[in-house]
Amino acid sequence: METTIEHNCEQVVNNNHTMTPTIYRVEKNRRDTHDTFTLHLSPEDQPLETVYEPGQFNMLYAFGVGEVPISISGDTTEWPKLVHTIRAVGSVTNALQSLATGDSIGVRGPYGKPWPVEATKGKDIILVAGGIGLAPLRPAIYQILHNRESYGKVILLYGSRRPLDILFRKELEKWRSRLDMFVDVTVDSSDRNWNGNVGVVPRLIDTANFDPIDTAAFVCGPEVMMRFTAMALNKRGVSSDNIYVSLERNMKCGVGLCGHCQMSNQFICKDGPVYTYSQVRETVLIREI
Amino acid sequence: MQQTLEPYLAEHPFLKGMNSHHVELITGCAENRRYNPGEFLYREGDEATHFYFIRHGRLAQEILRPQKGGIVIQTSGPGDVLGWAWLFPPHFRNLDCRAVELTRVLALDGVCLREKCEQDHELGYEIMKRFAHLMEQELESMRLRLLDIYGNND
Repeated sequence: METTIEHNCEQVVNNNHTMTPTIYRVEKNRRDTHDTFTLHLSPEDQPLETVYEPGQFNMLYAFGVGEVPISISGDTTEWPKLVHTIRAVGSVTNALQSLATGDSIGVRGPYGKPWPVEATKGKDIILVAGGIGLAPLRPAIYQILHNRESYGKVILLYGSRRPLDILFRKELEKWRSRLDMFVDVTVDSSDRNWNGNVGVVPRLIDTANFDPIDTAAFVCGPEVMMRFTAMALNKRGVSSDNIYVSLERNMKCGVGLCGHCQMSNQFICKDGPVYTYSQVRETVLIREI
Repeated sequence: MQQTLEPYLAEHPFLKGMNSHHVELITGCAENRRYNPGEFLYREGDEATHFYFIRHGRLAQEILRPQKGGIVIQTSGPGDVLGWAWLFPPHFRNLDCRAVELTRVLALDGVCLREKCEQDHELGYEIMKRFAHLMEQELESMRLRLLDIYGNND
């Protein structure tokens, strides 16, 4: 689908609330790893007008500092409460990290195309996450598990840098203990205190047990990891039409207006961030973008 | 023993496409082994005499850092084939290999197999093709890890 900035401008003019943040309060700010934290938010007055779907993101505004696009990492059934898992890497995310219970935050959204959780009912589902890429996938995992009987095998493969960087460790353990879900975790390097896998996450695909002809794969992580994962899935016989990736670019407005996240003829914030791999395979290899 | 090992090897993806005569030759160099958690299969500097088809469990390849203990470079699990130092002179290990959990393997005697490869170059070519592919996969994994994609520079 191709959109234009002019077309997006019309939409924004017709809906003057699009760019106005809604005020939320921090219920809890939980530290996940040394550089990652999770904000639990409640609406101060009116919540966001739209119920979000797994894979969508919000623009979070740290007042006086700036705005960043952050994927929603919570359970959609908990709306209007919001959960965002954030890695502190810049001025805005560092400001968000310092928020305490009761502090205010501006929220715009939800934006973007979601994971096709409904459309893939009946298939085996393989979710492949790398690093903080587990956060945007977590709402999809919740929704799939809420409707577990509607899917075939459900497999979660997660790769992290080191054992201490593993995100949502307790939930991973909980999911791993289920009899109707397979979870495997690998790290890039470790000392001897780690008894799990050491190696890259695409390697886990080689031995995972799923039906490649009737499988949908949701992949989220650094773009290089997603490319290698897609190749490994292709090798196993999963079509690129059934591989979904979530792209990350420099999103600013969230509504396809500013053009910062434009990639070829796509505005990632509006036309994405979730695409089939067949839609973006050629584009992500263009060096100029 | 060989009668029970041959069907396993014949169906293993690593030997897919190999003719039955060659599988039989390979089976003649194979034996079942079991390693307890923490037990070392080999250590850096040992002569490389075997390679392994992992049937159950997990093996960790490690490099020892002085006063810091071992750092795990890679783990391998069921279905994986581990070890190629037996193929290349001077046939010494450059890593430690430890069983992380109870591990069952088929251990292939590389010295035995090298001799058979020298006598039957077609067998040698088939073996070399498969190990070249294995090394390509390992190299690809290592390239990806070199990027440190989950680090702050991603």
